[in-house]
Order: sequence, then structure tokens, then C-alpha cells
Amino acid sequence: MSRRHLAILTATVLAAASLTACGSGDEPGDGGKTLTYWASNQGASLEADKEILQPELDKFEQQTGIKVNVEVVPWSDLLNRLLAAATTGQGPDVVNIGNTWSASLQATGALVEFDDATLDKVGGKDRFVPAALAAAGAPDKPPAAVPLYSLAYALYYNKQSFADAGITAPPTTWEQVAEVGRKLTGDGKWGLAVEGANPSENAHHAFTFGQQYGGDWFDAAGRPTFDTPQNVAAVKRYIDLMAVDKIVNPSNAEYAQNQSVSDFANGKAAMLLWQAAGANLKSQNMAADAYGVAPVPFPATAPAGGKRVNSMVAGINIAVFKHTKNLDGALEFVKFMTSDTEQVTLNKTYGSLPAVGTVAADPAFAADEQKVLAQTLATTAAPLPQVPEESTFETLVGTAIKELFADAASGRPVTEDSVREKLTRAQQQMR
Amino acid sequence: MATTTSPPAADRVAGTARPARSAARRPRRSLLPYLLLAPAVVLELAIHVIPMLVGAWMSLLELTQFHIRDWSGAPFVGLDNYRVVFDVNSAAGAELLRSFRVTVVYTVLSVGLSWMLGTTAAVLLQRPFRGRAVLRALFLTPYALPVYTAVITWTFLFQRDTGLVNHVLVDQLRLVDEPPFWLIGDNSFVALLIVSIWRTWPFAFLCVMAGLQNVPDELYEAAAMDGAGFWRRLRSVTLPMLRPVNLVLLLVLFLWTFNDFNTPYVLFGGSAPAEADLISLHIYRSSFQTWDFGTGSAMSVVLLLFLLLVTAGYLLLTNRRRNDA
Amino acid sequence: MRETAAERWSRRIVLTLLAGFVLVPLYVMVSSALKPLQDVQGAFTWWPRRPTLQAFVDMWSTVPLGRYLLNSLLVASVAAIFSVSVAIFAAYAVSRYRFRGRQVFSVTVLSTQMFPGILFLLPLFLIYVNLGNATGIALYASRTGLIITYLTFSLPFSIWMLVGYFDSIPRGLDEAAQVDGAGPLRTLFQVVLPAAVPGVVAVTVYAFMTAWGEVLFASVLTNEDSRTLAVGLQGYSTQFNVYWNQVMAASLVVSVPVVAGFLALQRYFVAGLTAGAVK
Repeated sequence: MSRRHLAILTATVLAAASLTACGSGDEPGDGGKTLTYWASNQGASLEADKEILQPELDKFEQQTGIKVNVEVVPWSDLLNRLLAAATTGQGPDVVNIGNTWSASLQATGALVEFDDATLDKVGGKDRFVPAALAAAGAPDKPPAAVPLYSLAYALYYNKQSFADAGITAPPTTWEQVAEVGRKLTGDGKWGLAVEGANPSENAHHAFTFGQQYGGDWFDAAGRPTFDTPQNVAAVKRYIDLMAVDKIVNPSNAEYAQNQSVSDFANGKAAMLLWQAAGANLKSQNMAADAYGVAPVPFPATAPAGGKRVNSMVAGINIAVFKHTKNLDGALEFVKFMTSDTEQVTLNKTYGSLPAVGTVAADPAFAADEQKVLAQTLATTAAPLPQVPEESTFETLVGTAIKELFADAASGRPVTEDSVREKLTRAQQQMR
Repeated sequence: MATTTSPPAADRVAGTARPARSAARRPRRSLLPYLLLAPAVVLELAIHVIPMLVGAWMSLLELTQFHIRDWSGAPFVGLDNYRVVFDVNSAAGAELLRSFRVTVVYTVLSVGLSWMLGTTAAVLLQRPFRGRAVLRALFLTPYALPVYTAVITWTFLFQRDTGLVNHVLVDQLRLVDEPPFWLIGDNSFVALLIVSIWRTWPFAFLCVMAGLQNVPDELYEAAAMDGAGFWRRLRSVTLPMLRPVNLVLLLVLFLWTFNDFNTPYVLFGGSAPAEADLISLHIYRSSFQTWDFGTGSAMSVVLLLFLLLVTAGYLLLTNRRRNDA
Repeated sequence: MRETAAERWSRRIVLTLLAGFVLVPLYVMVSSALKPLQDVQGAFTWWPRRPTLQAFVDMWSTVPLGRYLLNSLLVASVAAIFSVSVAIFAAYAVSRYRFRGRQVFSVTVLSTQMFPGILFLLPLFLIYVNLGNATGIALYASRTGLIITYLTFSLPFSIWMLVGYFDSIPRGLDEAAQVDGAGPLRTLFQVVLPAAVPGVVAVTVYAFMTAWGEVLFASVLTNEDSRTLAVGLQGYSTQFNVYWNQVMAASLVVSVPVVAGFLALQRYFVAGLTAGAVK
């Protein structure tokens, strides 16, 4: 071939290469004065979150000169993206993580350890609510994150529906839930709404019911103990709300995208077990005085070994990746986000609770809802097992419960045996 | 490993069997063809082959959350991951086997039905009539629709309380009293199949339509002259003439459908019910949601070997028949 | 060759059923986009009782739809253009030359079609990141990385289709050009390509569609700035709600141009397939 042809070919390839380069996006985190921050979706939409966070980030830039590029990551992507960032040492400097993932992510060794010295840089260990800090990593290690937004489960109930059915007080036991639930069910309305196809929600309830029935999902050595009689009884109690008590619309077995909150907001269901649903209900046009908030119920008589726990310590933690090129800036940002002002502003917006003790008394958290949540967190909440396999537990047990709900919804009997079989199979898939 | 398929099949795969005269005309060994191929080769190596080999290597490692950060330092466990995959008595192995069975049935039904619908439509649209162009455009639309939008629309249709499907079945036709579930339980497989066919058949239609353009009219006229009716013409003219198209079409559809990830992922939002747990989604879950990339890779390698085997068998079989004919 | 009445009627019935099967989801997409959120969440109705265009307004602010759309267009078109350029050269070599390794090449390329994406997703991701760290060229989280990935996805089928098409172009044309003193590349550009326009269009459309719809790799390889529609549309399902009406409205808006473009080019597509893949 002639030299000219070679030249044409080379030129084409080069043009191709350079054109491709033109199409590239900007690489974040140049190691200088900018930080990349992945926020979790707490509000009505990704864009809404961005609008909430941006003024605060601007404030931080004014104070420190450090620019923060925020990306709001949907929950469906967040764990994958975090995993990818941990694997490659590429990605954000600071991230929000669901606090139940703390130990799992801690095990990767990709997150900065908040030992006492590091904690001092963000304001000191004593600033943080102890229960919330306990849900930031394995008990015998320095936390892998610090709490940012604190949450707990509560029972939300529709005041009008309760009044119409002649019910004067929210139920405090599961037996009462079933009883009032039956009164509330009918005419296309249902007593309770659940998120039956959402593995995480299911796993959270499995944990709480397990505690109430004296069960643990992991033993002291961190080995899974999914199919103990206590856990079987606990999961069955939860499923029975639909299968036996029939106070849950079978349709809820396919709910995985917070449709249960919509059902509650639209009056299709009279009760809901949720974490700080207030902001969401407001966005769906349910007035704050239309619903009441009560602690999550217990069994009427505590089963042997049952604990007085009615919620997990829920919440969002904030963590720093070890690969950050600006550790001081990142910690500075964590300090800023957990400062008194920001804690009040952000938690107020999201309806969650501050993760630091100093502002607990702030009037922003004096509403009934927040008082119930705070009371629960302070007295009857326990952290999910802080073991590296936690995220796997959520997936497997949550999926098993999803299948059980599907059985219940399609009229198949849910027995202790069928519950045990599903839990055993989930346990066998743990490695 | 992909390159080990026997070379004689290769020539026929490419469909380029041609007289040797062009080879004879260029006896001089030239660099040019290699240069022309270079970009394609480099890209395929970089994006497919090398990562695939890395993936195969990963299947020999214990790659859990404890090791992903420094995965080159992950413990080498040899074939342990494969043992888990093949041990059908273990929960993981049994689940994989079930997922594999589901996928086989799904693929066979989806490809078969899509091909049937596509061929039917193409044959019926062969002759001009009023509205033909409109129908043709309509039939092609599902193929042009982005996967996510197509599948999420179906998710919406399949909602138990608010979806169209149950509205029609329960409220309008009154075929059933109790609204069935489509996205969980047994029906989820049917739902997945319907969505898959809806998205796939237009491609079959497109290819068959293209193939039909190569069928000379004289053949039909001759057949008609012999008094052949619609079915006879279909059997003795259309289908034989479509054979080369179908050979390729079925293989491509098989590979695409077997590896289909997007449809179940969007339809069920990441966690498919057991009845519709396709293999690629299953592997995805085993890798990403349980954080065990070693086992996930081992599953993928086994899947790849299976597909390779099926494809090679298919090509050998169809080629032998072609040569015998 | 006349059609009997029975044939005509069965044709009409079958085609009507097929059209209904295709049309119903499309119709629901439109009608749901015109409903307010509360109606979409309620019992299904065929006709929007309170039609509104609100969803078409809100959808731009719930997620950065404009950016996703731009990213998708950019990624899919650039990937398609490069995929076709690379495929043209490769197909020309395979079609017009006999050389050692030709068969190996054909088989390897076609067999990459059967690689499960999930097998090389994580390795590819690692390679992109490390390559990026080593060379400073951003591949991970950039449109470049996505473009390169997608162009290889459509490459095998494109090459294979173009080989078929080039084979169908009489070699006499090449020879005539060569007699006139044209070299191989000039022959390609001046003789073969002009005769292969339908094939090239077909392959371009195919490559575009492949890149346009991909979900798995886009979800791992992109960030907020480079996110494409296929992933970005999931943003309508938020922590608070699924905005079904906005999902449908956005789906509609992003689908219309692509569907229209595809339908406009379908004649080429069929012609390209006819002479290329299918002969």
C-alpha cells in the first residue's frame, strides 16, 4: 500500500481518538480545593435534595474555600456505587451511607476510621448521640462513619379513620393492631400498609420482630442464625398481619417503591410503620394534623427472652473514603455537616432527628412526630447487627420475606414450616 | 478461550464462502488487511477479551468485601468457587440450577414466539394493501423504544391494583374475580415473557421482512400456477427461502435473550421473584448484592462455556445440513 | 395470485390483534402522561378524566432530564459513528482480502456477542479506573468510557452485517477502479462505500439503538454528569414516591425523536439487512 493511504488511515484513527476525548466529562476530585460528595436521596426527588443541599455547600465554600460537588445518588444505585468506589479507590471523597451498611463497608477497609483522634477533628466523640454512633461500624473497631441524620420507626395512624371506627387510642400491642386493623379494614380500605416487596424494609422489620421474640440473626461469633424458632415466630408474626389478621391489602406484597406511604397518604390504609414519614406525607398533601404518631407496638405478653425493642437505630451516616486526596478538607466537611446549625437545618427539612446531642432540645424537633422518634431512639431502639455480612443479610432475609408475602397474598398458607424453610435457605446462601 | 472454536466453522459463520479467485489474485502478503482490522481488534481485545480473561481469573479468587479493595491480594482458591456453583445440593448451587432452568424455558419460549409473530407479520405484510406502511411502522416501534421506557411501561400495566391488565381482566372482561399478581409469584414468568416478546418480535419481523425481499416473485407465481394455497406456498416457498435468515436470526435472538439483563432488571426493580429469576440477574445479585465476585465470576464463566457449546453445536449442525443439501 | 376471502379475513384479524398488542402499552404511555399523579396512582382508567400537561412541566425538575437526554444523544451518536467507521474498515478487509487469521477474527468477533456482560463489567470498570489513573484520560465516569464500551457492543454485528453487504457488491467495480489506478482505500471510499449506503445506514441505526438503551454498564460506569437516560429515568422513582405520570411523560418525550428517526430510516434498514445479513 502506498504511504498516502497509510497517512489517511493514521489520520482517521487519530481523529477518532481525539474526537472521543472531546466527548469526555470532567473528572471530579482533582485533589486540590474541591471535594466530591455523594448524598443519599432523602427528599422528594434527586433535584429537590440538590436544591436543599446546595445553599449549605455554598456556605461551606464561603467558610473554608473548599468547593463541594454534590451528587445525589438514588438508593437503588448507592450501594453498588459505593462498592465500586471502594474497589477502585476512585470516586467521591465524602459519602452518605445507610447506617446498616456501616460494618459491611468497614470490612472493605476503604473508609477512614474515626478513631478518637479523628473524631476530635470533627468535634469529638461526645458530640454524637451514643446510640447513633454505635450504628457506625463493628463494636470492637473505631467507627467507619459518623451519624448524620437519625431515624427510627414509628406507627403512623390516620386520625379520621380511627375516629370513624370509634377507636380512641393508637394500639400498643400487635394484638391490638390486629383488632383495630380489622375494624379499619373494609370498603376498599385497609388497616395497615406494608412494603412487602422491599427487601430492606422487610429485613428491618425482621430484625425488630426478632428482638421482640428473643431472636438474633447472628450469634456472638458473627455466624448467621436465621432459622431459630424465635426468628421463625417473629417473621411469621409480621407476615400474619396479612396472612391471618387480613388487615393488609394483599397488593402490598408487590410494593417496593414506597407505595405504602402513598396508600397511607391517600387514606387507603389507616396505619403505617415507617421512619420519619412526615416530610413525605406532607409532599403527598397529607396535613400534619391528619395523622398521629405512636411508638411501634410490642407483643401483649413478651415471649421468653424477648427484648423491649421496637425499632432499629435507623439513620444515615457520613463517611470519608481513604482514597481522598484532601483528608483534612473532607473531615472539615464532615465537621460542618454535623455542626449544630447544619444539623438543625437539614434534619428539620427532612423530618429526621439530629445526630448530635447539643441541638436535641431545639424547637425544630418539638413536633409530636419527632418527639416519638426521639423517645424511641433513646429508650427502645437497637442497632442492626454490625457485622460485615449485614448487607447480605438484608438481601437474603428481605427477599425470603418478600416471597412469604407473595405466598400470603396469593392465598397459599404461610406456616412455621414454610417460614423456616425460606429462612434456612437464606442462611445457606451466606458464605 | 473464545478463539478455540474450529476454524472451518469460522468461514461459514462469516458467510463469506466465495470462489478462491480473489485469493489467487492477491498472492502478495499485504499488511493492509491487518491495518484495517487493527482498530476493531484492539477495541474488542480491550473491552471484551481482556476484561473477560480478568473475569475468568477473578473466578479463581475469594473476592468478597474483605478483599475487593485490593483484589490482586485476594486469596487464590482455585476451583472452590466452581465447586459451589456445581454443588446442586448446596443452596447456592440449587438456586443457580433453578435460575438456569427458568432461563432456558424463557429463552426457548421467547425466541420461538417472537420468531413466529415476526414471521407471521412479515408474511402478512408481504403484499401491498392500504395501511401497510402504517402497520409496518407501528410494528417496528417497540424495537425503537429505549429498553427502560418500554419495560417500565409494562411494569405500570402489570400493577395489581392500578394496572391496565387487571382492569381489563377483572373489571371489564370479568374473567377472574380476584385480581391476580403479575410482578410476584407464578405469573411473574408470564409477565416477563410477554414483555420480552413485545420487545423482541419486531426485530424478528424486521429481519424476516428483509429476507422476504430476496424471494423472487416468480417462485410464488409458479407455486400459484401449480394451485398451491397459502399454507403450501408458505411451506414450500417462503420458509425454505427464509432458511438462511432464520439460521442467523435464531442464533442472535438466542444469545441476546439468554443474556438478557435489562428486561427483568427494570420490570422487577432489581430483585426478580424466583419464578422469573433469569440467569444474568441471578449472577448480578450473587456478585453485587451479596458481594461475592468470585462466585459470581465462576457462574459467568460457566454460563459463557454453556453458550459457547450451544453456539458451536448449532453452527456445526446447521452447516452439516447445508453441506449435505 | 389472488387472495381468497378467508385469507383476507384471517390476515385482517391477525394483524389487528398484533397491532393491539403493540399499541396498548404505547397508548397507556400517552394517556398516563396526561393524568395528574393522584389519578395514575388510583384505579386504572382508559381515558384521562382530568387531562393535564403538568407532568410534562414537572418532569424537567424532578430529574435533570435535559442533561440525561443530551448525554444519551451524544454517547449514542458518537458511539454509532465510531462503531460504523471501525466496522467499515474491518468488514472491507474481511470481504476483500484473504489473509492469515481471517477466520479466527471472524469467529472471535462474533463470539464476543455471547459474553455475559456481567462477567466483564467489574474487570472493565477496574481497567478503566486504572488506565485513567495511569494516563490521565478519564474513562470511568466519563462519556468517553461509555462511548468506547458501547461501540464495541455493536461492533460484532455491524462488522458481520457489512461483510455480507460488501460481499454483495460486485467485485468487478473494484477491479474497474483499480484499473483506473485507485488504491485499496480509494476503492473503498469511492466505489464500495457509495454502493453500500443502505448497509452503512442500517448498521449506524443498529449501533445507535444498542447504545441508546443499555442499562447495566451505564449504571456502573457513569456519574451524575455523564448519566444517560436509560439509567437516569429511574430517578422518577424516589424515596418519596413513584411519579408514574412523569415517567410516562419523560418516556414519551425521549422516545418520540428516536422512534421517528428510526421509522424514517427503516427503509434503509430493511434494504441494508436484505443485502447484508440476510442473503
